[in-house]
This record gives sequence, C-alpha cells and structure tokens, in this order.
Amino acid sequence: MKVDEIIKAKNLPIKDFDGIIIGGGGSGMRTSLQLAESGLKTAVISKVFPTRSHTVSAQGGITCAIQSDDPEDDWRWHMFDTVKGSDYIGDQDAIEYMCSEGPKAIFELEHMGLPFSRTEEGRIYQRPFGGQSKDYGRGGQASRTCAAADRTGHSLLHTLYQANLKAGTDFLNEWFAIDLVLNSEKEVTGVIAFEIESGEIFYIRSRATVLATGGAGRIYASTTNALINSGDGIGMALRAGFPVQDIEMWQFHPTGIYGHGTLVTEGCRGEGGYLINNEGERFMERYAPNAKDLASRDVVARAMAKEILEGRGCGTNQDHIKLRLDHLGPEVVHKRLPGITELSKTFAHVDPAVEPIPVVPTCHYMMGGIPTNIHGQVITIKDGKDSLVNGLYAAGEVACVSVHGGNRLGGNSLLDLVVFGRAAGIYIEKSLKQGLSLQLSSEDDIDQALNRLNNLNSSKDGKETAELKKGMQQNMQNNFGVFRRGDLMEKGIEDLTNTRNAFENIYLSDKSAFFNTARIEALELQNLFEVAEATAITANERKESRGAHARDDFPERDDDNWLKHSIYFSSDKSVSKRDVNFRPNTVQAFQPEERKY
Amino acid sequence: MNSTIPTEELRSITLSVYRFDPGKDKKAYMQDIEIEVPVNKDLMVLDALVLAKKQETSLSFRRSCGEGVCGSDGMNINGKNGLACVTPLSEAIKGEKLVVKPMPGLPVVRDLIVDMKQFFDQLEKVKPYLITKDEAPEQERKQSPEEREKLDGLYECILCGCCSTACPSFWWNPDKFLGPAALLQSWRFIADSRDQATEERLDDLDDAFSLYRCHGIMNCVSVCPKGLNPTEAISNIRKKLINRKK
Ligand SMILES: Cc1cc2nc3c(=O)[nH]c(=O)nc-3n(C[C@H](O)[C@H](O)[C@H](O)COP(=O)(O)OP(=O)(O)OC[C@H]3O[C@@H](n4cnc5c(N)ncnc54)[C@H](O)[C@@H]3O)c2cc1C
Ligand code: SF4
Ligand code: SF4
Ligand code: FES
Repeated sequence: MKVDEIIKAKNLPIKDFDGIIIGGGGSGMRTSLQLAESGLKTAVISKVFPTRSHTVSAQGGITCAIQSDDPEDDWRWHMFDTVKGSDYIGDQDAIEYMCSEGPKAIFELEHMGLPFSRTEEGRIYQRPFGGQSKDYGRGGQASRTCAAADRTGHSLLHTLYQANLKAGTDFLNEWFAIDLVLNSEKEVTGVIAFEIESGEIFYIRSRATVLATGGAGRIYASTTNALINSGDGIGMALRAGFPVQDIEMWQFHPTGIYGHGTLVTEGCRGEGGYLINNEGERFMERYAPNAKDLASRDVVARAMAKEILEGRGCGTNQDHIKLRLDHLGPEVVHKRLPGITELSKTFAHVDPAVEPIPVVPTCHYMMGGIPTNIHGQVITIKDGKDSLVNGLYAAGEVACVSVHGGNRLGGNSLLDLVVFGRAAGIYIEKSLKQGLSLQLSSEDDIDQALNRLNNLNSSKDGKETAELKKGMQQNMQNNFGVFRRGDLMEKGIEDLTNTRNAFENIYLSDKSAFFNTARIEALELQNLFEVAEATAITANERKESRGAHARDDFPERDDDNWLKHSIYFSSDKSVSKRDVNFRPNTVQAFQPEERKY
Repeated sequence: MNSTIPTEELRSITLSVYRFDPGKDKKAYMQDIEIEVPVNKDLMVLDALVLAKKQETSLSFRRSCGEGVCGSDGMNINGKNGLACVTPLSEAIKGEKLVVKPMPGLPVVRDLIVDMKQFFDQLEKVKPYLITKDEAPEQERKQSPEEREKLDGLYECILCGCCSTACPSFWWNPDKFLGPAALLQSWRFIADSRDQATEERLDDLDDAFSLYRCHGIMNCVSVCPKGLNPTEAISNIRKKLINRKK
C-alpha cells in the first residue's frame, strides 16, 4: 500500500511492536535505550536519520549539580534556580525529580562514551550559564553546565545513537508519522506512518506510543530551530483531542546571528563574553546589576529589544546588538568555542576572536507542550480534573512535564530529555510487563487517522505550502514576539482564523510516492498551523506578564489569577487553567517572589 | 524583531540539477532552473535549492539544521562534495551556473537523495560505540584533558558521507572497504582512553580490504566539511597494526 493512494483502513497493513517511540532525538533515543535494554520489541520512528535530529544543534551544555566545578554544589540550588527561572509556574515535583536524578543520568551518558570536556582532575568540565546561582541565590554565580566544548548536543545525540546500536534498537529511519490512532475509549493504540523512500504506509500498532517529536520553532519567521522542527507531535495530539499546556510560552534566545537566526550559545557569555549597544555600552549592567549578561534569557532578550526600540541598536538600520568575545583572546575563543567560531565566520563573516558578532533575540524553544506526569504519561482534562491517557506518552521538547514553566534555563532542556526519556522508559517497561492491554481500534477509528492524508492526496487546487507558510510565520513574528499587545494579537488571531481553511486544504501538486518532500512539507505545515493557533489564542488569554510572555498592556505578573498553567483544546479553541504543583517530596516548596537578577 | 535584512536588487542564476523520480522517469536527466538571488547578500547553495523548489515543488533533497551540524545535505556541488547549507554561492558558482548532483557512488533514490545504506552498514561494522570491560564507577570515568584532546578531530564527524562518496576505493568496494568515515570512527574509539577493546577492533580490521584498500589519495580530507582528517586516522590504525605484528 503506497502513500499516494486513497487509503482505507481495511487494506492497510499492520506492524506490531511492544513500544514505539516517534522521534529519534535525545529524548526519543533515551527512552528507546531503556526499552531495548529490557528486551521489549521497540522501534524508533524518525523522519530523519537519528543523528540528524535537532538535538545535534545544542551547543552549550547540560546543566546538572554533579559537583565537579564546585564540590559543595547542591541539586536543591539547581532546583531553586529552575523554579525561579520558570517564573513559578514550573511544577515543583517534576523539577525536584529532574535536579535530583540528574547526576545519575549524566554519569550514565559518560559511561556510554560521551566525550565531555575535562578538568585538570579528569572530571567533567562545567561552565557558567544564565540564571545559575549558589546557595539559593545568595552565593553568587554557579558553574553548573556540563559541556563537550560547544558541541554538547552533537556529542549527546551521537552517543545515544551509538548506545542504541549496541542495545539492538529497531530503527525505522526516514519514516514519517501522520496521525495517532485511537480506540472507542479514546486510548492510543499506535500511529499511521509511512516509509519516506518507498512510500509504503502502515498502521504501526503498539500498547505504548511515545511522542518525542521535539519543538516547533518554525512557526516564527526567524528562529534558531532546524527546518524539520514543525511540531508534528503537537499537531497529532491536538487533532486526537488532547490538550497542550502553557503553549504561549516561547523562549527568545538573546543571541541568534543577525540576518540568519543561527544560534550562538549562551556559553559565550558564560565564558566571559558580553553584549554592547551602538554606544559600546555594556547595557546589561543597567538591567541586571548582579547577574548582568548572565541574567535569565527572558530578561536579557527584553533588554536587547528595548535597546533597539529606543534607538541604541547597531548597524545602519540600528536593528541589532553586538556580542563581544575578542577581549577573551584567541586561546579561549578557539579552544572553548570552536563551533561558534566556525558558525560566526560562515554566517556573520566575522572571527569572534577579532570582531563582535551581530545578534538579535530569536525564537528558540517551546516551553509549553503536551502535559505529562513525571513518568511521561500524557494528561488530559475531564470535568475539570486531570485524567491519564492510556497508551500515550510524551518526552522532550514536545512534552510539558513541566520543568521550564514560563522560561527555560540554559542547559535544562538536554537534562529534561535524558531524565524524563529514561523515566518514561522505566515506567513503560513496568506497565507492559504487568500486562497492560488496550481495546483494539475499529476500522472507523483507523480511517479517522487517515483523513488528513487522503484529503491531501485528493487535492486538486488551492494554495501551496511555500505561499501559506510565509504569511503565517510573519504573522507570528510580528504579533506574538518578544513583546505582545492585545489589539495586535487579536488581529493575528483573526488572520489565522481566516486562513485555516486554506491550510486544511493545501494543494499538493507533486503526488509521487517516492521520497516526496513536498508531501511531507505540506503535512508539517498543517502541524505548524495547529501550534501557531494554539500559541496565539492562549497568549491572548493570559492577561499578565510572566516569564517569556511579556505584554505591554498587562506589564505585571498576576499571581492572584495566573499562577496557573494554561490548558488549550483545539476542538473548541478553549483556554482553561490548571494548578501548578507546589508539593515537592523532599524539600519545602519555593514560594513566588519578585524575580531579580 | 524582524531580522530579515532588506534586499532589493536581484540577479538571476541558473541552477542545473540532477532529476530522477523512480515513479515516472526511466532515466535521470539534468534540469535547468532559473532563480533570482539578491545581489548584496551571499546565499548558501541550500537557500538556492529552496528557492528552486518554490518553482519546481517536486525537486527533492534532504536538509534539516541549515548550519552544517546535522549532516543531511551532502551533495556534489560543481564537481565537489560538500554540504549545501554551508557552501556559499559565491564560492561554488562558476560563471552564472551552478551544477548540483547527488553524491557519487551510492544508488540514487530520487533527485539529490542517495541511499546511504552501504555507508551506514560499513559504519556499524566498526562497532561505533564505547566498549568497556571494567564495571563503571559511580561517577564519571576519569579522563585527563590531554587524553580527551586525542578525540578532537574525531568525535565531530556528522556522518554526512561526503568523504566516503569521494573515495575511489569506496566506489569500487563499498561492501568490503570500510571507507574513510567508518575508519575515522574506528580510530575515535581506539584513541579513547576509556575504551577497552583495542585488540578486538584491530583484529576486525586486519584483512586485505577493510582498511588496506586506502591508497592515501586524500580526497576524503579535501572534501570533509568539518575539516577532519580520515587519512591520518587510517594511518594511525595502520601503525598500530604494524606495531603489534612486530
Ligand atoms: C540551536 C540550539 C541550541 C540549543 N542548545 C541547547 C543547550 O546547549 N542545552 C540545552 O539544554 N538545550 C539546548 N537547546 C534545546 C534542545 O537542544 C532541544 O530542546 C532538544 O534537543 C529537543 O530534543 P527532543 O528529543 O525533544 O527533539 P529533537 O531532537 O528535535 O528530535 C525530534 C525527533 O522527532 C522526529 N520527528 C518529528 N516529527 C516526526 C514525524 N512526524 N514522524 C517521524 N518522526 C518525527 C525527528 O525526526 C527527530 O528525530 C538548543 C536548541 C537549539 C535550537
Ligand atoms: S585517503 Fe584513503 S580513504 Fe581517503 S579518499 Fe583516499 S583512498 Fe579513500
Ligand atoms: S569525516 Fe567529514 S566528510 Fe566524512 S562523514 Fe564525517 S564529517 Fe562527513
Ligand atoms: S542541513 Fe544540516 S548539515 Fe546541512
């Protein structure tokens, strides 16, 4: 059965696995490793060869209190920083779990062979990152981010791939997952997916389906994200009737290369680099007198946007900021930041050891996602209460467990991937071995999941992908960026509402079954649209400023009304609130305070 | 924040691309596609392909990161293997024409996309993962900065395939000669102070083909987009093999 036909459930071949993981990035491959080592029949489905996943781009490092740089370091300090960074809507039970389990997960990676940079004592090298402190904010800057030069994501992803090869994981490489298959109980029994090269399509059936599909930064015109970051997992979950949480929370990274979007890591500032405006002033000293350039990302991005708005931007259009590294000397720049040197030369035509790098705040990370508990089990809301979805799990950037809340700290995503990827694997192994079973899906259920593909295959006219994508990305960029305002957001939402029909009925002119990237881009764009609309509607509903969500019309944080997660369902476009967890198991909860850096 | 630099002036260039769709073409052919590129900004070859795909939506190629770290878009650009996303047009273009073909030596799936199976099969043969015999300590295994430095120039490989598909020995014996990328990975683990399988690894390489088909032509070195040196890795393995025979 090929992907270019009109497909009916009754003709569709089935593949069976104990567990399937959609996504071969850091989170997916950490989950699969756990399952493969337990002897369960596990497959990783990935639309790109696993080492091409976006995790490969992560540069700066993975944050964790492994007590290498500072033998007195404490995971509770890391927890404090993370809660504060989240602007208090990160779930404290999950943050506690991540920070305390973290060291185990890091040492496991080292044992698998991850080539971390080293200290003179032979331990893992740690560098300072933004928002890090010692002694609950009282002891000054900490150095807690474990690094393999500035290629930590590359090293982590390749190491996990190697470990999966060793463990004998089944890889369905260059397979594309279209939609989840449900049963009458609204449980998840697998996914519809096709092999991109041959176009062969299958219902891949399993008692545990894990979404590990990564982020969706491509909803914005300017982003540090790879072209494949199209929020497929979010699209699949929303269409299946499951919610997303805190999806309005998008991180803008202070240092995307001007004109291209490519990231230069926060590690640059960790190693001593700093930002200057067109007067050569180190302006972060004004905005964050203590942490300066290593304040939290939301704080730095807003300060930069302000400098530019007030006419102190660099260049002829006064539309960017400069990042200085030259004072560190070529030794530090080339040794500690070799990848950055390469990227700056390629994309900004400057050698950072000699000249500053032109940068602007750029869309970088999706803090929101599919709500889960610490075992990766997906949560939906029934009658105002949390309810677990049988058969469905999520981990990594697509999930919202939630450890990042309103603003993620640098280096915490890679930790999130390995800690919760591992936790999901452990839990799935246990529940499968206890004999969890799900009701079979009917042909109608399966046909439901084939709708979108059939619709695309029978398209005869309408707008094509490239044309639609640009308008949506520009809309998001202009109306849902670093600073947001009610009237502009409403205009943006109207635009999305008016164009939904065109996105649902994209015209696909190339109908070939073989490695058809046009079909994939169309399916991806529909997912991006779902993420964009969810972001827009929820952003407009959250009438306060918190973390990365900064509103000109509601400039204050409103703890009375919004110390809450937002929950969005696409079926009725509703936004509701969900309680934040303030009940960690081994420490006292950290109560909301004013955030100062 | 809109970070797209305004670009007004355009010029047109011709992209000559290799086309083949197994669903409808009996034979591959070259297609000329005219695109408009800005005069005042240097695009990458990948940007040019994306522009071409706007006109010819069926044109197929792999790409992901757009910054030379994922290894998706290895292709043959005006006769030389490289990554489209980090090859500037100004460097690649000869006259007003840019010729883009799939990487040579591997079966073409469609247009610029090759079947990488042989490449990855050879990689798997070198057991590209750390092998240890001792039980792992509670914390990390210790490694000095000097020991770690031995991995520089090895661990950065992005598995793009540019090197192996530029290597004549790999073209002739893609099933027996491991090729520069796999051999570089082999050396990456032999050189790792934490790995305890050097002897096994050397045993596996000690036949007439796996390693010894390398004739030191250095094509691999000249095309590697990450500036890595498989030839040197191969000669290091060779030295180890010779030394242990003594
Ligand atoms: C430039 C950059 C630098 C960063 N640096 C750091 C850092 O230093 N430290 C840090 O902690 N974080 C960093 N981050 C964030 C972090 O890298 C990401 O959040 C994280 O890697 C996401 O991992 P993941 O496993 O969730 O998804 P990804 O690595 O994005 O993987 C997603 C996987 O899902 C697959 N997939 C998606 N859709 C489908 C589909 N429909 N069908 C089949 N397969 C599908 C893809 O093929 C891929 O394998 C950085 C991010 C960027 C953009
Ligand atoms: S040096 Fe060896 S591996 Fe490299 S291209 Fe030449 S023959 Fe191939
Ligand atoms: S050695 Fe270089 S050319 Fe060869 S696969 Fe690795 S990165 Fe690519
Ligand atoms: S697109 Fe990733 S290397 Fe070119």
